[in-house]
Amino acid sequence: MQSQVTDRPVASPVRDRAPTRRTPWWRSRALKGIGYASPTALFVLVLFIVPLLLVGRMSASDWPLLRGDQGLNLPDNYTAVADNALFWPAVRFTLLYTVIVTVILLGLALLLALMVQEQRPGVGFFRTVFFLPSALGLASASLLFWGLYSPSIGPIGPILEWLGLADGPISFLGTSTSALWSTVFLIVWKFAGFYMLILLVGLQGIPHDVYEAARMDGASRWQTFRSITLPLLRPSIALTLILCVTGSLLAFDQFFILTKGGPDNSTVTVVQLIYREAFQRLDLGTAAAISMIVLVVLLILNIAQFLGLRRADEA
Amino acid sequence: MEPRMKLTSHLGRTPYYVLAGGLAVIFMFPLVWSAFASVSPQAGTAQDEGFGFGNYRTLLEYDAGLWQYLWNSTYVSIATVVLTLGVSLLGGYAFARFDFPGKNVLFLLTLAILMVPYATLLIPLYVLLGNLNLSNTLIGLSLVLAMYQLPFATFMMRISFEAVPRELEESAQVDGCGTFGALRRILLPAVKPGLITVGLFAFLAAWNDFIAPLILISDSSKAPLPLAIANLRQQSMGAIDYGATEAGVVVLAVPCLALFLLLQRHYIRGFMSGALKG
Repeated sequence: MQSQVTDRPVASPVRDRAPTRRTPWWRSRALKGIGYASPTALFVLVLFIVPLLLVGRMSASDWPLLRGDQGLNLPDNYTAVADNALFWPAVRFTLLYTVIVTVILLGLALLLALMVQEQRPGVGFFRTVFFLPSALGLASASLLFWGLYSPSIGPIGPILEWLGLADGPISFLGTSTSALWSTVFLIVWKFAGFYMLILLVGLQGIPHDVYEAARMDGASRWQTFRSITLPLLRPSIALTLILCVTGSLLAFDQFFILTKGGPDNSTVTVVQLIYREAFQRLDLGTAAAISMIVLVVLLILNIAQFLGLRRADEA
Repeated sequence: MEPRMKLTSHLGRTPYYVLAGGLAVIFMFPLVWSAFASVSPQAGTAQDEGFGFGNYRTLLEYDAGLWQYLWNSTYVSIATVVLTLGVSLLGGYAFARFDFPGKNVLFLLTLAILMVPYATLLIPLYVLLGNLNLSNTLIGLSLVLAMYQLPFATFMMRISFEAVPRELEESAQVDGCGTFGALRRILLPAVKPGLITVGLFAFLAAWNDFIAPLILISDSSKAPLPLAIANLRQQSMGAIDYGATEAGVVVLAVPCLALFLLLQRHYIRGFMSGALKG
């Protein structure tokens, strides 16, 4: 919308300059614009719109992986999802995981951002070190921790033993609780620096004289943090919140690689369920139905967060 | 330096460095350990005595061989970068400099890709690529990965073009340059930082992606490196080769860390502009 308003006045001098040419220049210019935009349009149409329609169609069809479309069967796939013994546990586990990761990750990211905010010796080094794990891919990080947690070459058990804090090997992935927390640790390690950087930009956007004024009023560090830093940082915190919640609800790589959903299917996430339905139970129809449910839930969540943010901005 | 900063930094210096240093050790430890574990002696790996590159030799000989997987990953990453850059350069130019019917709808639809979860689209894309005779091909995978880069890339290129003063290309057009000539000669150098950022992000996303190749590539010799390393764990005759896995992690991580350290400025600029406006 904005661009149109800004485009018009700037484009008009060109129009004034070439009145003698009888060709309606704006038409050919519009055609050129369409030409330049056509690769984008092709990508969006073929690889986004069509699959989006297709997933809706598939979710309403009997669609085995190997035999293809067998015709509509609405609402069988959706009732099959609700009856799936793994579905509700997967939903519950995904939500639990999301809450834990979001609280710990954003808390640590805020601490890190506050730590590297002020210029002091060594701060550049700390920024780089905290961000370094974010440069890795999630699958690489998961494979790394898979070795790190392993009883055979993992270093943590021996270190704790050497310190006298543990005897015998520690099972990091053996129980459902330890598997969850081990994965949470991996994700916090991998992403804390990324969220730190977003919050750091927010912190640096807070004008210095606001702090000065607070200091003149004799505010303590904690008071300054609570009544100045936190409220002014709200847009950045909201952004990290959206990214973190969305990312965690769609968790896949880390559990697929680290726990394979185990032990006893206790760490199966919703996206893992889509994969299992499609490629282990060979049923693309129910996989598409779960995909649709995930889509609708995330859309609602995004819209709610967007509206919430807008209301907060207006207030 | 202001008195406030001086005071707090004097008061808080020692505990600050203890805490920051401790955290830095925790953040560095896994990275350093994986490099160490990949060359150190471990029972049950190809490197069972003394330090050396036995685990890397395992990787070279595993299934289709490390070089094949590296080639697959390089192919997919470069194809994704080329597709993303080409499409978003032209698209960004169109959105920033032209008025045409459907412009705003197309821009919003491109950004809407971000609203749809990755996993939702992969099942229909699996079927669709099959219909297009692109199933189980690296180019099909690259097309999908490029599509996922488009929201960020198009947005980035649009704001890059909008930041260039219009007078620059208008004078070029008066000199007889067409719109494409203006793009090639005048605008391309001006939007180069944007292109570097977009290319960097497309490369890292393609190099590291796991779930798309897992679903779209069924032939193990066509697997990109992350998928191949994940497969390696399950297929080594019952005994799990952790040493070779960590060697694989090092091979995967080195290009990412090198790119980050070399292009830190573009890296941070890129996701900041995405983050702030996103």
